Amino acid sequence: MLRYVFRRLLTAIPTLLVIVTVAFFLIRVAPGGPFNQERGLSPEIRANLEAQFGLNDPLWLQYVHYLGNLLRGNFGPSYNLPDFTVTELFAKGLPISVQIGASALVLALILGSILGTIAALNQNKLADYSVIALATAGSTIPTFVIAPVIQLAFGLSWKLLPIGGWGDGALINKVGPVLTLALPQIAIVARLMRGSMIESLRSHHIRTARALGLSDWSVVVKHALRGAVLPIVSFTGPAAAALLTGSIIVETIFSIPGVGRYFVDAALNRDYTLVMGTVVVIALFTIIFNLIVDLLYAVVDPRVRYD
Amino acid sequence: MASETILSVKDLRVRFQTLDGTVEAVKGINIKVNAGETVAVVGESGSGKSQTMMAAMSLLSSNGEATGQVDYRGRNLLEMTKSELNKVRGRKISMIFQEPMTSLDPLYTIGNQLIEPIRRHRGLNARAAREEALKLLRLVRIPDPERRMKSYPHEMSGGQRQRVMIAMALANDPDILIADEPTTALDVTIQAQILMLLAELQRKFGMAIVFITHDLGIVRRFADRVYVMRQGEVVEEGDAEALFANPQHAYTKMLLAAEPTGTKAPPPASSPVLLEGRNVEVVFKIGGGFLGGEPLMLRAVDKISIRLKRNQTIGIVGESGSGKSTLGRALLRLLPSDGVIRFGDRDISEADRRAMRPLRRELQLVFQDPFGSLSPRMTVGQVITEGLLVHEPSLTGKLRDQRAVEALREVGLDPNARNRYPHEFSGGQRQRIAIARAMILKPKVVVLDEPTSALDRSVQKQIVELLRKLQADHQLSYLFISHDLAVVRAMADYIIVMKQGKIVEEGPTEEIFGDPQAAYTQTLMNAAIDTTRFRISA
Repeated sequence: MLRYVFRRLLTAIPTLLVIVTVAFFLIRVAPGGPFNQERGLSPEIRANLEAQFGLNDPLWLQYVHYLGNLLRGNFGPSYNLPDFTVTELFAKGLPISVQIGASALVLALILGSILGTIAALNQNKLADYSVIALATAGSTIPTFVIAPVIQLAFGLSWKLLPIGGWGDGALINKVGPVLTLALPQIAIVARLMRGSMIESLRSHHIRTARALGLSDWSVVVKHALRGAVLPIVSFTGPAAAALLTGSIIVETIFSIPGVGRYFVDAALNRDYTLVMGTVVVIALFTIIFNLIVDLLYAVVDPRVRYD
Repeated sequence: MASETILSVKDLRVRFQTLDGTVEAVKGINIKVNAGETVAVVGESGSGKSQTMMAAMSLLSSNGEATGQVDYRGRNLLEMTKSELNKVRGRKISMIFQEPMTSLDPLYTIGNQLIEPIRRHRGLNARAAREEALKLLRLVRIPDPERRMKSYPHEMSGGQRQRVMIAMALANDPDILIADEPTTALDVTIQAQILMLLAELQRKFGMAIVFITHDLGIVRRFADRVYVMRQGEVVEEGDAEALFANPQHAYTKMLLAAEPTGTKAPPPASSPVLLEGRNVEVVFKIGGGFLGGEPLMLRAVDKISIRLKRNQTIGIVGESGSGKSTLGRALLRLLPSDGVIRFGDRDISEADRRAMRPLRRELQLVFQDPFGSLSPRMTVGQVITEGLLVHEPSLTGKLRDQRAVEALREVGLDPNARNRYPHEFSGGQRQRIAIARAMILKPKVVVLDEPTSALDRSVQKQIVELLRKLQADHQLSYLFISHDLAVVRAMADYIIVMKQGKIVEEGPTEEIFGDPQAAYTQTLMNAAIDTTRFRISA
């Protein structure tokens, strides 16, 4: 098992290298640079800045420098937020995004699983159709519609929640963004759960459990559910990586100082170092969560062994 | 034995709501089971024999509905509430199923699954239930039961899993054990062991057994009374001995006569060798790779030599895992192998896919699974003419169609079948389509990998006759891979018995069947319950 983890972490290194390399050259292929004229800089200052950040060096040298810094854990300074290094920006923003994302994920997994199970147990009945309708709505209504509706209803009309802002992490400030982020995920989990639960309930060992006269609770929860969560576990890996690294829409609408905004802002501003930082963070999250999911798989399903 | 009726099925009907409307699977049948007796419900697939018992146990799938009466000691099971029913299921009436590989929960240990019903029905504490479970595992002769309690189902063989299923079914000393094709998915030697175990346990505990089966050998050997079902109706019932001695209904007679008969004469000595393997070896590497440690080497085919002459049928016999299918595939160069393989006067040992392609039309393969081996998205015509597109690209569409018509006629199907899709056909018809797909290329050698194993006996017989006729008409050579000794005996003139990748014994069919030398061959022969010879002993 340890050996397997070690092997997976080792194979992550070439994966990361490929991602970093592709991202590094792609963002530089895009026209323009971090200090282009729309910022109204005089050519002299611009030249100075570019010289200082080594942007005049040949591309390969810049690449080598960047890799060297990265190996030392140095993501470099942000070009557009010159008071901060990329590391500082993430140190401030990432915990916020992770809190919101993790809460949304947990909410989605619990609610989605319960809804999906209820639907599966009442296949083609009212409860099932209601869950399907809810799931369809949840996954088709975009977050930039849900978020303002939550603000209007709970914030403006009923004054139950603040309209936006982080409020230094007060619980009440997290409700809106977490709900917005969770709703589509609840829909996805409920749908996945419904499908795999229906399949699980049809399997031969469930028939055996029924033939043995076991209680409904044991048949459904002990025998059917455990097998049915496997697809949910698989889904959790990429979902966690996506949710925990922040959402630009939710963070912008609710004015939350997370890292979700950085990716788009940085790309638009050609903030090379910040783009690269975001790429590395997302890649790391993806790799780690996929590893965790694979290990979880072995916990749920004894047939999976990594020796 | 006291003949109190403990289970009586009266006018039972089972309907399924499907997309094509209501299908009536069981059409008002009556069945009785007396205490301690063995009743067999016999029929081919689709006869409704399984659904009858599923309905009795309230295990129908959600689109199924049962009406009528299933009285267990005077109480109608169909009208019980779920909690009343769950005091009968697994306690008074228990059931084992056809699929030992999937009937146990893969996520829990054997011990956990055995203990659960014991605790539920008898209210024992965890320790007492564990003791009871161990006792049961010993009863069904699972070796090393202490250790097996902690095993997961996937760590056990099919035969062992079926033993565990039997242990679970007997855990609460039931009145009736319903066994739904309990040995169909198992190898013959294991089949015999499981059946003996059931008979022994019945003597010990005195429960009634209901055998649902298509295998008349089992019926003859074990049943006191028999119900023959066909298309949802009981067509004949009676004492087993009387029924076998003097079947009344035409369908019963047909079932009894369905055993493949006849033999195949060997080809003349002058017949040239078409396909030859010398010291063929197939090794599978399991595991290993990057930091994965030493891979495990599995020798699936271990230095086997074989010579297939024109117009000859070599039967390759063995149980699952013996390497018989792997050998067939290696000889067709569908798997990498060591050793020498010759086709006609060419050495094809090193031939790669491209070099093999022109030879493929002469070396064809028919698979076991008539459901999985035909693409569901192609019409039958497209399925069978696909090979022509590769091997005879110059044929016009019209000529191809003509060949399809000929091929379908040859395998006994209506040529109009070519415009329909595979799912519209029965298992036997699909196997005919698969054979037509091979025959249309006019091959010389056909490897038949368990071509009749998934089919009902009566259909099997037809396929065997078809294969014989095709062989005679076209001087074909067959490599007939099968675990079914009765079919092999009817098809092959030469037999190779395989075990664990090696040849145990080989020789002309009469010699192997008449005077088997190797101990393993003798075990195989004894295990295969011979329906044509067996006599019931009182």
